[in-house]
Amino acid sequence: MTTDGSKLGFYLLLAPILLWLVVLIILPHLGLFWVSISEKIGPREFQTGFGNYVTFFEEPLYWRTFARTAIMSILATALTLIFGFPIAYYIAKLTRGRTKTTLFLMCMIPFWVSELVRTFGWMILLRETGVFSNLLQYLGLVSGPVEFLYNDAAIMVGLVYTSILFMVVPLVTTLDSLDDSLIEAGYDLGGNSLSILREIVIPHAMPGIVSGCIVVFMLSLGNYLTPILLGGKDSLWFTGMIYTQFITRFNWELGSALGFLLLALSSGVVFLGLKLSRQSLADTMGRA
Amino acid sequence: MANPAPDLQCLDLTKDFDDFRAVDHVSFEVPQGSFFSILGPSGCGKTTLLRMIAGFQSPSSGDLLIKGASMIGVPPNKRPVSMVFQHLALFPTMNIGDNVGFGLRQRGVARAEIARRVDEILARVGLPGVAGRRVDQLSGGQKQRVAIARCMVLEPDVLLLDEPLGALDLKLREHMKVELKSLQAAFNTTFVYITHDQSEALVMSDNIAVMNRGRFEQIGPPQEVYHSPDTAFVAGFVGEANRIDARLVSVNGPVLTLESESGAALSVEAAQSGLSAGQRAQVFLRPEAIELTTSAEGLEGRENVTKGTVASVLFNGANSSVTVQHASGTPISVALPQTGDMAKLRPGSTVYTSWHPGRARVYPAPGA
Ligand SMILES: Nc1ncnc2c1ncn2[C@@H]1O[C@H](COP(=O)(O)OP(=O)(O)O)[C@@H](O)[C@H]1O
Ligand SMILES: [Mg+2]
Repeated sequence: MTTDGSKLGFYLLLAPILLWLVVLIILPHLGLFWVSISEKIGPREFQTGFGNYVTFFEEPLYWRTFARTAIMSILATALTLIFGFPIAYYIAKLTRGRTKTTLFLMCMIPFWVSELVRTFGWMILLRETGVFSNLLQYLGLVSGPVEFLYNDAAIMVGLVYTSILFMVVPLVTTLDSLDDSLIEAGYDLGGNSLSILREIVIPHAMPGIVSGCIVVFMLSLGNYLTPILLGGKDSLWFTGMIYTQFITRFNWELGSALGFLLLALSSGVVFLGLKLSRQSLADTMGRA
Repeated sequence: MANPAPDLQCLDLTKDFDDFRAVDHVSFEVPQGSFFSILGPSGCGKTTLLRMIAGFQSPSSGDLLIKGASMIGVPPNKRPVSMVFQHLALFPTMNIGDNVGFGLRQRGVARAEIARRVDEILARVGLPGVAGRRVDQLSGGQKQRVAIARCMVLEPDVLLLDEPLGALDLKLREHMKVELKSLQAAFNTTFVYITHDQSEALVMSDNIAVMNRGRFEQIGPPQEVYHSPDTAFVAGFVGEANRIDARLVSVNGPVLTLESESGAALSVEAAQSGLSAGQRAQVFLRPEAIELTTSAEGLEGRENVTKGTVASVLFNGANSSVTVQHASGTPISVALPQTGDMAKLRPGSTVYTSWHPGRARVYPAPGA
């Protein structure tokens, strides 16, 4: 039975969360939406309509960048999962005690440095006069300097590097909770490594995989620095486009519309991902 | 061959962890279709031994044969044995049918055939029609049977069970004991069962091996292990027993005369105790081997008669007992027959205890 007193306590506890939701998330988005449906028809003259959204679909540069950003983010998420899973499995299942803690901490070390500095670090490695290029020349594998920067592969490397921790942490948590005897039972019943991975480990780790993927996808989609710094002049990223509308062009209306489309895109992809993996958001976030 | 190879044979099996020897030169064989138990206290190396048989650990030395073929170097997924894990290890992400069908899927059996065999085996363990249920929808006893079905569907030569009843409550455990035994008889598969619970081992087994500190102390049928234990450890571990520390006074043919630490004289029959006068010894006496009377009448000529007082009465139905305090020494436990004037015993009542010299067992004291 709930007494009035405990009810009051419940609402008091809820208040900061509600406040945070309303003031910091719902209100700005309402404002953004309002701005995005204002069409500029003259100096300081506006009318309500979906003209900004129409502009997006009529201008190929916009929606191509939009699609490119989505596809590259999905690819980055997949790559992060492919690299992160073995790391997480190793940490969770094949090490114990001190080694485990140390490895876990080592995954976190890059995050002690600001993202900007980290990205410049990659530039030092990858640029024409950088470490990799010099190493290859020194080994005699190439005759002249090689430029690794300013292409999509460099963006991919940067994105995976930036987000791998957010994949590894939920994966380690879920894999940790996988009882070793389940894996042994799998072998005992005649399974091999592949079938055990497919039938026992991955189904168990699914909530961690999905929540890691959601976070990494969101981070990649919303990343601004990495694509700008590591990508070339033609490597456009949708966040960069929004930045341009707001800051360079002073076109807040179109910028807001693009921002809303990005929100719709990320929600849509996450929804699709959950449907495909047959997970519910509550399940995923609750368990991972 | 006239005498086919036993299902399981261990020869001098040893397992060392760094400088700790968990299993120490263990040898035994289990004939086809029998129920073999390994009984020992927690930490004596039972699980380690079972895991070596299953293939999860490799022996430091010794050999392991299943149906005559050596299993050294054979990975667990290629051995004709299956294991029921301590906590069953049912796959929670699969339903019951997929759990039971897991092994068959690995063997590439056709779908329809898997479904048929899964239904058949579930019916045989008394759980028809549960294939579609989730693991957490079953009770403890049902999960137990699913875990057995999951192994038995593969028709293994040997089924290994690691204290599978440990997690169940007492009532269910009693029930599952009988059920496991009848399942074993019905499948006619060789079971190797490990437990620290002597009553499980005594009820179910054809043969029991009593294990202590990595060694087998005795292997034999339950009656033999219970009534003629080979070592002091077996006498103390299997069944209830009163232990009396004593010193050997004289040997007169098969009859030994001892003096207990508290000064009482004991007479024990032991043909080959290997003891000599003056040596320290331990006498083990089962509670049901001691006769209890309320008066000294009719006790003339009997041996090991002592007067004492009842210290406490422990009523437990047919397994009731009293503890009797003699003039000196530690109290001993005596089975209490539920008849006549014995029901009237109260703490403080005077009683006489007596026991036949042939019913006690005597062993050299450890370190003596
Ligand atoms: N992997 C291991 N490394 C080191 N020692 C172990 C390992 N596994 C078991 N032991 C030790 O071996 C002994 C026997 O363990 P175990 O076989 O699990 O006993 P039981 O099953 O009889 O309780 C214990 O003292 C345990 O600490
Ligand atoms: Mg054990």
